[in-house]
Amino acid sequence: MENQFYVDSKHLSESALTKKHQLENDPASRTDHMAYLPDQEQISSDIREKVMAQTADYDYSRYTADDVRRALQHEQKSVEDFKALLSPAAAPFLEQMAEQARLETRKHFGNTVYLFTPLYIANYCENYCVYCGFNCYNDIRRMKLNMEQIEHEMQIIAESGMEEILILTGESRAKSDVKYIGEACRLARKYFRMVGIEIYPVNVEDYRYLHECGVDYVTVFQETYDTVKYEQLHLAGHKRVWPYRFEAQERALMGGMRGIACSALLGLSDFRKDALASALHVYYLQRKYPHAEVSLSCPRLRPIINNDAINPQDVHEKELCQVLCAYRLFLPFAGITVSSRESESFRNGIVKIAATKVSAGVSTGIGDHESKYTGKEGEAEGDEQFEINDGRSFTQMYSDMSDAGLQPVLNDYLYV
Amino acid sequence: MVIVNGITTDAAGKTIADLVAENGWKCNQVAVERNLEIVPKTAYGDTVVQDGDSIEIVCFMGGGSQSDDVLTIGGKAFHSRFILGSGKYSLSLIQAAVKYAGAELITVAVRRAHTKEKENILDYIPEGVTLLPNTAGARSAEEAVRIARMARELGCGDFVKVEIMRDSKYLLPDNGETIRATEILAKEGFVVLPYMYPDLYAARDLVSAGASAVMPLAAPIGSNKGLATREFIQILIDEIDLPVIVDAGIGRPSQACEAMEMGAAAIMCNTALATAGDLPVMADAFRQAVEAGRKAYLSGLGRVLTRGSAASDTLTGFLQD
Repeated sequence: MENQFYVDSKHLSESALTKKHQLENDPASRTDHMAYLPDQEQISSDIREKVMAQTADYDYSRYTADDVRRALQHEQKSVEDFKALLSPAAAPFLEQMAEQARLETRKHFGNTVYLFTPLYIANYCENYCVYCGFNCYNDIRRMKLNMEQIEHEMQIIAESGMEEILILTGESRAKSDVKYIGEACRLARKYFRMVGIEIYPVNVEDYRYLHECGVDYVTVFQETYDTVKYEQLHLAGHKRVWPYRFEAQERALMGGMRGIACSALLGLSDFRKDALASALHVYYLQRKYPHAEVSLSCPRLRPIINNDAINPQDVHEKELCQVLCAYRLFLPFAGITVSSRESESFRNGIVKIAATKVSAGVSTGIGDHESKYTGKEGEAEGDEQFEINDGRSFTQMYSDMSDAGLQPVLNDYLYV
Repeated sequence: MVIVNGITTDAAGKTIADLVAENGWKCNQVAVERNLEIVPKTAYGDTVVQDGDSIEIVCFMGGGSQSDDVLTIGGKAFHSRFILGSGKYSLSLIQAAVKYAGAELITVAVRRAHTKEKENILDYIPEGVTLLPNTAGARSAEEAVRIARMARELGCGDFVKVEIMRDSKYLLPDNGETIRATEILAKEGFVVLPYMYPDLYAARDLVSAGASAVMPLAAPIGSNKGLATREFIQILIDEIDLPVIVDAGIGRPSQACEAMEMGAAAIMCNTALATAGDLPVMADAFRQAVEAGRKAYLSGLGRVLTRGSAASDTLTGFLQD
């Protein structure tokens, strides 16, 4: 059964509800999702065209077991090989793919696994993305941390031993402007050796500013590369503009960022096409910006507050594992992050095959690290973006990874 | 005093047309440079050589595969993926070499026109073959640019193979100078095919400079040693969006075939043919090898059986739901 995303809150005013229903039921009331807004910078790039042309032509049903065998035989996997490895025909070859993926991962990354943690500093959001806990119509406790609160959170996280942090916000430029995020990142550089951001897409100048504030890594999830489906899921807000989001990573690199991460949110649309597009997005970015560090994530849909039935549809663990093995074989040099959306057993297994980075000590809420880490009752807290699955602490994750024969790495480079 | 092709003469007062005619050359087979400036063919009759002029008169000399699978370079389509070099063997064999190799692109060097050489390579090259003048002899970007301009003036289109060597022992290409020359020539509208050492960064710079293909060497030129740089050529094939034409060092048809299987767009070869016992037969062997390699590449190479395979799901046994 398809996900039922629409949830009405009794706290919404009548006019808000009317607007919400109109957006949901009347496509004509929604804005053009392919048109840039006036404040959105338009760069000249051929990457979108390349990715979308390949994705549009992808008919995974026509690949056979022979195509998969041939692909597995190739030392360098071509785009065509990658398409075969993502196809249903590759399912019976999962163990072989995993074996090859393990060798590639070890060849490029040794036995290391990076640990990081996300820090949500605000959950205000102006978008209506129907599957997301932060969406502007969802009735949750909203909160924006001030600098003092942010520093407090950072101190608690840093004390746990973590050296890499990913700063996140809801997507509201009005509530959490670039300067606010930049200040938070400057603070983060005091406590952490590596700072990444996962915020609303911004223009090149803003990325340059954030880079100056100490940010090195920009993650933006495209959610789905299927523009028709995207339009039906992102009903309002700046995020509705699909092409501006697509070009975020490239703008980040133009602004001087060291690395980028891409992904679709698996389960929103046809996951094979979305996986293909995600990897090609990374592939073409790396070809155009060969110095950039690139990585892929693989989030699957999770339940949210007020809608615990949301699920990743046909993307079961087997399919997710196939996608990750295919990613590794096609892009052996790319980082692959597996978040706490996945279970403990899945993450323990996948770090031995394809993943290079996992989160630990995770909260997707606002200002609740103290209560979550120490059990001490915190002050006001903001609600979570989604329910996590693997709640292991930094210490637990560190020892679990070590016990599995892996070398946990907290940071692997020096600022110069 | 006028210097013509490096020799001091008393040509002052003569027109360019006079100079060409009295040496027995044909105006349509030479290019003329006067004090580093190209003289247009239409101006040969009106251009009077002045005292103190330095004149260069050049011509081409030897030096330096049918389906819908087309190799496109500089907007021009080729059905053959074998590029023939024309040095090291006599002009009379060129026709046979072109015929049996099936070549549609043939490299020629630009040289000073010699009074004693009445034969011109252009008389031996069959119709329908595209000339690819090279800049052999150039030791800097500036020299290569000069040679390329003269080659274009010779009237065979905008194609030029840039080769710049600053080492007379190994004749290895100088990538840095090659990138500079490529940039200048591409801006002037040339279809530039740079001969290079297979270095990824240099190849990327050549792409940015406006090259129409890249021509990495397989082994030292003339060595017939085969794919000595195999791993690096594979990297260029995988990473560079332009045609990668393997040039220099290919000594046997099997090596040409292997490079094509790897995904090379074409093979350029000269010495292997020139030093063969029977040139036309070797040309034919190369044609077949290049075609076979191309077909293997297009069809997707089959798998090679490796020993041992996992019997149980030891790695993926953890997966649930």
